[in-house]
Amino acid sequence: MSEPTEPVAPKDFSARSRSRADAVAAPIAGLRRSRPAAVAARREAGLRWLLRGATYGMLAVIGWILLDIFGKGLPVITWQFLTDLPRASGAAGGILPAIAGTCCLVAGAFALALPLGVASAIYLNEYAAPGRFVAWTRLAISTLAGLPPIVFGLFGLGLFVLFLQFGASLLSGCLTLACMMLPTIIVGSEEALRSVPAFLRHGSLALGATPWQTIRYNVLPYALPHMVAGALLGVARAAGETAPILFTAAAFYIPRLPQSILEQVMSLPYHLFALTTQYPEAARIRSMQYGTAVVLLTLVLGLSLVGIVLRNHFRKKLRW
Amino acid sequence: MVSGGQDRDAPSKIVVDELDFWYGTRQVLHGINLRIPARRITALIGPSNCGKSTFLHTLNRMHEIVADTRLSGTILLDGQDIHHPAVDVVALRRRVGVVFQHSNPFPKSVFDNVAYGPRLQGIRQREALSEIVQRSLQQVGLWDEVKDRLARHAWDLSGGQQQRLSIARALAVDPDVLLLDEPAAALDPRATVHIEDLIGQLCERYTVVVVTHNMQQAARVSHFTAFFYEGRLIETGPTNRIFSNPREQQTDEYITGRFH
Repeated sequence: MSEPTEPVAPKDFSARSRSRADAVAAPIAGLRRSRPAAVAARREAGLRWLLRGATYGMLAVIGWILLDIFGKGLPVITWQFLTDLPRASGAAGGILPAIAGTCCLVAGAFALALPLGVASAIYLNEYAAPGRFVAWTRLAISTLAGLPPIVFGLFGLGLFVLFLQFGASLLSGCLTLACMMLPTIIVGSEEALRSVPAFLRHGSLALGATPWQTIRYNVLPYALPHMVAGALLGVARAAGETAPILFTAAAFYIPRLPQSILEQVMSLPYHLFALTTQYPEAARIRSMQYGTAVVLLTLVLGLSLVGIVLRNHFRKKLRW
Repeated sequence: MVSGGQDRDAPSKIVVDELDFWYGTRQVLHGINLRIPARRITALIGPSNCGKSTFLHTLNRMHEIVADTRLSGTILLDGQDIHHPAVDVVALRRRVGVVFQHSNPFPKSVFDNVAYGPRLQGIRQREALSEIVQRSLQQVGLWDEVKDRLARHAWDLSGGQQQRLSIARALAVDPDVLLLDEPAAALDPRATVHIEDLIGQLCERYTVVVVTHNMQQAARVSHFTAFFYEGRLIETGPTNRIFSNPREQQTDEYITGRFH
C-alpha cells in the first residue's frame, strides 16, 4: 500500500483477503503461494466438494424415500383405513389389527425391557467395582446391540416359542423384542446415570443414606426421565422390525383385535411384508402397501422424535 | 510435638492415634495424633494438598467412597473405634455430619433438602418434618429469609443462603459432630461473616471441625488450631497461642505468610 517496505502486519493480511485490489498492490514476498501449496489447496477444495456432494446425495436419497412413501401412501390414509378390519386377506379394508398388534408388542416389550435394563445399568454404574467383569459385560452388551434382528428372531423361537412353550404368541413376541431393546436401554440408562454429578451421591451418603437410599432418592429421580427418553429410541428401533417377530408372534391374517397374550397378532411390519410378497397380484394392492408403510414410518419416527425431544428437554432442565 | 488439645475443661470428642492414610501407594497422611475437644471449634489449617481435607473425611469415613484407599491407626469417637468392622457406617455418618466444600443443595425444594436426612431415618409425618425443618433453618439463621418459600427450588437461593442450607441439612440429622470443609471458600465477604457467626453459635451444641486455608478465618472462629503440612500434623494448640507464639518454625512461616 503506501509504504511497501514495511513488514506486513496481521491486520493488513486479513484486510487483503477481503479486497482483491489490495491483494494485487500489496507485497507478499514471504507469503507467496508455492506450487505444492497451490496443489494442496486445489486438493482441499476438491475434497470439500466431494464431502459436500456425499452429504447432499444422502439427503436426496432420504428425501426421495420419504416423498415416495408419503406421496403414494398418504392418499390411502383415511379414518376407515386406520380403524377398519382387513378384508380379503388384507387386500382390502383397514389395518386396525396390525396397528393394535404392533402397539401391544411394543408396549409389552418396553414394559419388560425397561425395568431389566435400568436395573442392569444401576448395577453396572453404581454397584459393580470397575474391572474385568464390568468390561466384559459392556462388551457383551455392545455385541448384543449389533446382532442382526433375525438372530433375535431365531433365539426367540428356540427359547420362548419352543422351549418355554409360549407358542407363537404376543408374549413370545414381546419377550423377543425386549431382548432386542435391552442394549439400547442399558447404554442409555448408563449415560443418564453418569450425567448425575457425584456431589449428589456424596452429599446423600454424608447424611447417613445407604447406597440404595442414595440411588432411590438422589440419583434416579434426576436420571429416570432421561432414561425413559433414551429407551424410546430403542423402542422405535424394535417397533419397525419384522425379523424378531417373524417366527415368534406375527400372524398373516387375523381380522380382529388381539384377545389374549397367548395368541398370534398381526403387526405393521409383517403386514407390509405379507402384502408385498405373499400376493400373486401384489402390484394391484400397492396403495395398501404404501398406506401401511406410512403408518409404520409415522409410528417409528414419532417414537424417535418423542425420545429425542424428551431427552433434549431434560438435558436442558437439569442445570449442571 | 503433636500432643493433642490443651484445654483441660473440654473432654475429647474424637481422639486420633497414629493415623496413616494412602491413596493407592501414595501416602498422604503420616502418623497423625490429635484430640478434638467436645463442643469446641477446631480449625485445620495448612497449604493446599497438605492433607487437611483428607483427614477431615476420615473422621466419618467418607474417604471410603473413593476406591483404592488405605488407612491405619485408630480414630475414637466417644471412646469407640469408628473403623471397627462391626461399626455401622450409616450410623456413624448420622453422628458425624459433613458439609463439603462444594456442598451444593440437592436439586429439590428448600424443604425437601432439609427433610432429606430425617426422611432417610423413616420420619414421614408432615408435622414432625416441618418441625425439624423449621428448627434446622432457625439454627442457621435462614428461617426468616425462606419461611415463605420453602417450596422454592433450593438453587434459586443466593450462594451464602445455599451454604447455610447445606449446614441446616446436616443439622437436621441431629449429629454430635459437624465437619465443615472450606465452608466459606466460594462466598462473598458479607456471606462469609454470616457463616463465621453461625459457626461460633454451633459450638454451643456441636463439636465443630472446620477446614480452612484462610488463616484469619481460623483465628477469628476457632478455639483450637491444628497446622498440617505435607501430610503431617506440625503443631496443635489453642488458637490464640498458635497465632501469637507458634513453637514450630514451619507454623511461624506459614502464619506469617512466608509460604502458602
